[in-house]
Amino acid sequence: MEFIFFLAAAVKAGTCLLYATLGEIISEKVGHLNLGVEGMMQMGAVIGFIAGFTFGNPYVAVLCAAIAGAAGALIYGFLTISLKANQVVTGLTLSIFGVGFAAFFGKNFVGKKVPEAITTFFAPIKLPLLGDIPYIGQIFFNQSVYVYFSYILVIAIYIYLYKTKWGLNTRMIGENPVAADASGIPVDKYKYFNIALCGALCGLGGAFLSLVYISIYPVNVVSGRGWIAVALVIFAMWNPGKAMLGAYFFGALDIASFWLQQYTLPVSIYLFTALPYLATVFVLIFTSMRKSSNKKEPAWLGKNYFKEDR
Amino acid sequence: MLHIVKKDVPKTREKIIVRVLAVLAALAVASIIVVFAGANPIELYIGIFQGCFGTIHRFAATIVKMVPLLVLSLGVMIAFKMRFWNIGAEGQFLMGAVGTTLVVRSFPNLPLPIMLLTMVLVSFVFGAVWLMIPAFFKARYGTNETLFTLMLNYIALTLVTALQYDFWKDPAANGMPKIANLPNNALLPNVSGFNLSILMAVIIVLAMYYFMNRSKIGFEISVLGESENTARYIGINVTKTIMIAALISGGLCGIVGMMQITGVSGALSTEITGGLGFTAIIVAWLSGLKVPFVVLNSFAFAVLLQGASYIQTAFQIPGSVADMIQAIILFFILGSEFALQYRFVSDKTKSEVA
Repeated sequence: MEFIFFLAAAVKAGTCLLYATLGEIISEKVGHLNLGVEGMMQMGAVIGFIAGFTFGNPYVAVLCAAIAGAAGALIYGFLTISLKANQVVTGLTLSIFGVGFAAFFGKNFVGKKVPEAITTFFAPIKLPLLGDIPYIGQIFFNQSVYVYFSYILVIAIYIYLYKTKWGLNTRMIGENPVAADASGIPVDKYKYFNIALCGALCGLGGAFLSLVYISIYPVNVVSGRGWIAVALVIFAMWNPGKAMLGAYFFGALDIASFWLQQYTLPVSIYLFTALPYLATVFVLIFTSMRKSSNKKEPAWLGKNYFKEDR
Repeated sequence: MLHIVKKDVPKTREKIIVRVLAVLAALAVASIIVVFAGANPIELYIGIFQGCFGTIHRFAATIVKMVPLLVLSLGVMIAFKMRFWNIGAEGQFLMGAVGTTLVVRSFPNLPLPIMLLTMVLVSFVFGAVWLMIPAFFKARYGTNETLFTLMLNYIALTLVTALQYDFWKDPAANGMPKIANLPNNALLPNVSGFNLSILMAVIIVLAMYYFMNRSKIGFEISVLGESENTARYIGINVTKTIMIAALISGGLCGIVGMMQITGVSGALSTEITGGLGFTAIIVAWLSGLKVPFVVLNSFAFAVLLQGASYIQTAFQIPGSVADMIQAIILFFILGSEFALQYRFVSDKTKSEVA
């Protein structure tokens, strides 16, 4: 029984990662490696909390968080798409900016509680029928609406990327922008749209932490989870479905060290935190060894596209 | 309709003008945040300047902040020259510091000169190995090194966390999770704030300048960065070149770990890097991968870092404001590169040229 609670907690812990990972998958699918995930999550977390605290309305809070994340992403987008700046360097800068942004604007809110209206809105709700399935129901269907929304997003993003014309075009740009451009796809528009979407999702991931996961606003609410999301994209091999499994696995590892404190273990608990990254490294190595192109990163990932070069 | 086309290589004068304009524009935008934080922007910017050059001790502090950044940037630069995106400088930095601490723990009684020499060597090896792992997989299977080296940063960080909270926790620290301070025979000698790492950095700069511009292997690295096919065609051993570049790149970042704990922090901890490994990537990139510009830009960033820590105490401005100012300046400089590399032409002029 205790293990079921652990798994339910792992789903909750993995949800913030899932949002950010889905976002980064979309960005990388269009060929843009955005290392600003941590920054965008921080911006979403702080703006989401401030909006929620000020207005006490969950919808407003979530919307503001998504806008904040998207705004961060658009700085990155403008620099890398229109001004052709280096993606890695711009992304890292965005992370520095976001961390500073959150620390500055969140300073006066440290120690404040999430308003009652929001905690009630996001409290776990047991779904009828689904919630009654033994084990599965307790793990997946006795959660916050914020978690349920992420289930819908996984399906929606899968359909968007693999079953729609827009998704096909997006993936084509990530694989070969020259061909995409030649076939008349407006490359830059697609890039802006997908990068902004990535930012909005990262913002939502951050706000999940500040509005649902914690009850009192801490000094640094995201504290490095954005980097785990970057790892998770690789671990999930750029696949939204696998991102879901991976997010819960990484979520479990995130809380494992806390749960394992009650047992005496032969190894240091602190080494557990390295597991997500080690697992990612192994995935990275094995996918490159296998050379199957549908499980690898998009071919133009990290490279900018300059129309007149072609 | 307007088109954008690539420009010829810009002149140094043009580069300087564009960058200065970018920094000024950035400071203007950053002023909004400064006003938000309740300070006068002009006074604050003057404060940054005074915090770096005001007294000899502050200047020493600026130089001490510059040294690790400079050496890290040089390390990162070599890998970048080869189009090998080593963003794992943080990890190599930490591993170098782990190696250094290991030396002291294993041989605590070595005399200072031998101790320092051993620490330099071991930290070099630790940093180098940390980069040669992804380099090996890159050379052998084409494994994406950007993501691999990024992951290794966090693996190194958890290792240091485990050392600090568990394996190497100082029993004399009353339960505080810290690693014991280094003994005196393992600290860099210093004269009024300037320590020996400055001399080490000068030697490294000169060696790197020679290496990149005069040596055969430096040339091979540049060719490989330009085109792998060309490199193979003229008979360069690609795997060997990648491994050597990784050895030097990771090794230099490793040495910084040694410099930092023996010269600045006095003990290994999870905090020692302060994100410098990431800043170094930005410095190396903005310097166009050229040694003299790396020196210049490292100094400029050190001024920002030292200025930031000074205004925190002098103006009661939180450090987060300095982070944001730094990021805004970077955004503007990154954006201004566009003005140096591309220009607009209208359809009419284009057809005339053609």
